[in-house]
Amino acid sequence: MLPLTLALLLLSTAAFVLGRRRAFAVVEGETRLLHSQPGSYGQWVALWCALPSLAVVVAWWLLEPALIEWQTFAGAPAEVVELPPERRELFARDALALSAGEVTSSEPGPALRAAAGRIQRVEGLGQLSVGGLAAAVALMGLGWARGRIRPQLRARNHVEAVARTALAASSLVAILATVGIVLSLVFEAARFFALVPLGDFLFGLEWSPQTAIRADQVGSSGAFGAAPVFAGTLLITALAMAVAVPVGLLAAIFLSDYATPLTRAWVKPLLEILAGIPTVVYGFFAALSVGPLVRQLGERLGWEVSSESALAAGLVMGVMIIPFVSSLSDDVINAVPRSLREGSLGLGATKSETIRRVVLPAALPGIVGAVLLAISRAIGETMIVVMAAGLAANLSANPFEAVTTVTVQIVTLLVGDQEFDSAKTLAAFALGLALFLVTLGLNVVALVVVRRYREQYD
Amino acid sequence: MTTISRPAERSQLYLTKITTRDLNVWYGEKQALFSVNLDIERNRVTSLIGPSGCGKSTYLRCLNRMNDVIEGCRVEGKIALDGDDVHGEDVDPVQLRARVGMVFQKPNPFPKSVWENVAYGPRIHGLATGRAELDEIVTTSLERAGLFAEVKDRLDDPGTGLSGGQQQRLCIARAIAVQPDVILMDEPCSALDPIATARIEELMEELRARYTIVIVTHSMQQAARVSQRTAFFHLGAVVEEGETGKLFTDPREERTRDYITGRFG
Ligand SMILES: Nc1ncnc2c1ncn2[C@@H]1O[C@H](COP(=O)(O)OP(=O)(O)OP(=O)(O)O)[C@@H](O)[C@H]1O
Ligand SMILES: [Mg+2]
Repeated sequence: MLPLTLALLLLSTAAFVLGRRRAFAVVEGETRLLHSQPGSYGQWVALWCALPSLAVVVAWWLLEPALIEWQTFAGAPAEVVELPPERRELFARDALALSAGEVTSSEPGPALRAAAGRIQRVEGLGQLSVGGLAAAVALMGLGWARGRIRPQLRARNHVEAVARTALAASSLVAILATVGIVLSLVFEAARFFALVPLGDFLFGLEWSPQTAIRADQVGSSGAFGAAPVFAGTLLITALAMAVAVPVGLLAAIFLSDYATPLTRAWVKPLLEILAGIPTVVYGFFAALSVGPLVRQLGERLGWEVSSESALAAGLVMGVMIIPFVSSLSDDVINAVPRSLREGSLGLGATKSETIRRVVLPAALPGIVGAVLLAISRAIGETMIVVMAAGLAANLSANPFEAVTTVTVQIVTLLVGDQEFDSAKTLAAFALGLALFLVTLGLNVVALVVVRRYREQYD
Repeated sequence: MTTISRPAERSQLYLTKITTRDLNVWYGEKQALFSVNLDIERNRVTSLIGPSGCGKSTYLRCLNRMNDVIEGCRVEGKIALDGDDVHGEDVDPVQLRARVGMVFQKPNPFPKSVWENVAYGPRIHGLATGRAELDEIVTTSLERAGLFAEVKDRLDDPGTGLSGGQQQRLCIARAIAVQPDVILMDEPCSALDPIATARIEELMEELRARYTIVIVTHSMQQAARVSQRTAFFHLGAVVEEGETGKLFTDPREERTRDYITGRFG
């Protein structure tokens, strides 16, 4: 493959140079007679050289497996052709392995050797003829396009059309990936809800998917009430926001309205470093430092505290989210026009009155957007909770107790080797879908809010 | 009696509201005003004219100490309001700004309702004891700014939804509501069409009965129409100041003549 790619690159470079030169020649150096810049003609010829031959290569890629499959069994003895499907597949895989000189599942017999030989022939033929065909097509494209260069040819427009298509294709990839992931979530979740009723999942108060491991129990006795799991997520998110929103917002106000430019230049990047710390580091910080601290504190106050607590995880997660809130809020507070601040100061308002009564209300939609984004970040966070909050699905609002969250349960459901279609594994998809819907909703609201805010000052 | 009362009457009419002596201003290393001496008279409109960058806004912002909020700005010299030094130790710039209101070049209503915009200042200064009293202040301020008739049915609509000229009059109403002595206006009509401009010029004529007004303008015609006194700034210094009529018809200085006849600037 590599030599072919190199050859194509070289050829299209040559095509560019030739096309450019041809464009000059056509108008005898009077480039202003050309519709497009000479370079565009070069690009146009290069595209005509590269694209058709790429198409040949891609076509071969798509075709080759089918050819190999056909050749594997074409002329094979009847007992091979009439094998049951799984054995047939094994035979095909062995033939392919043998043809590449790799290990096979059993001692290769004559039928297998013959099939491997046929496969080698197909591949050899492919490399030679496809290489040759691609090169020929490239040269033909080059020659044809070069010959068609005229001053009136709209080379730039053609090149731009190709570029536009390439850009659109790239964004399509991103969209298709998202759609694919969502669809797989939806279908797997649907399979789960065929085993466990939706009402039980949403409103059931007991979560113990581990009891459903044995095959004779599937979907019958496992408890899939997700309420404790969602409650845990809610509790930890609330704790995290209780830390992150006040601290982040006050930090943002300090940065935007009180800090000198020098302080700001130091503090803002330092705050943003918080966002760059891997969550696993926060996780062991929460489990090893904050967790014991919280327990000691609770014991001194005479409360029962488990060593893994929602409070420890929530506090640390809050710290992790501070830079989200502060950075985004700082941006929106800064975006409040200076003229509004001066208008308020000019009426004899103090700085703090100005901030409380003019700047913050004006920035409020943006701040709400920032907080909503931070919430969806908190809901999706997994590592800290795994390490600091435990796995017990307690339905409790007590921050000193161990709780678990949606993301943590997804991890524990999928780690370990269960049958893929057991209710336990499928439950992960149901949780994932629910989580996705919640964060999607939050993000949509946040985007709408932020957009409305933007319109206000344009 | 009469011999004493006449000068007293005269000083009542034309008593100096603000005196400026030897005012120098720096932005960082760069000096923006050079030894400015200027008197602003009570109940008259004083216009500040001069080419761009000559320090008109800088001077205006010294009068209510708005330059205090600018990083790196240094002010030296004496400015007295009714005889009291505005840089005095016992003077709080926040209170000074309540006495010396400001209207900016670009209308800058708060993103709140029309009513809230006007009530903002009286509220923070505790000028009203109840909603009824506040309503009263809002209404009179809007009336004095000549806006009440146009917005009386939309007091709860956002102030940012008004037209440009209405927004500027809203800002004037907002400034009046604090009951200042002096109103500073920095190119208040530069973003407005001729009709809105005429409306605001009329307003200035009405307002000067109660307030002392200082206006920065780039339009000679406007300065001639609305002001009784004019000061011509050039390169950070006051070149000439005096009665508007005199300054426009018979300036003392060559540079003033060149500027008002459009030969430079
Ligand atoms: N915040 C600031 N920082 C630094 N320099 C400033 C600042 N504001 C004004 N200056 C400088 O001070 C000088 C006077 O500016 P000022 O804004 O007072 O001019 P102006 O007469 O109002 O001009 P214009 O008619 O264009 O509004 C200018 O040279 C300007 O560059
Ligand atoms: Mg100015």
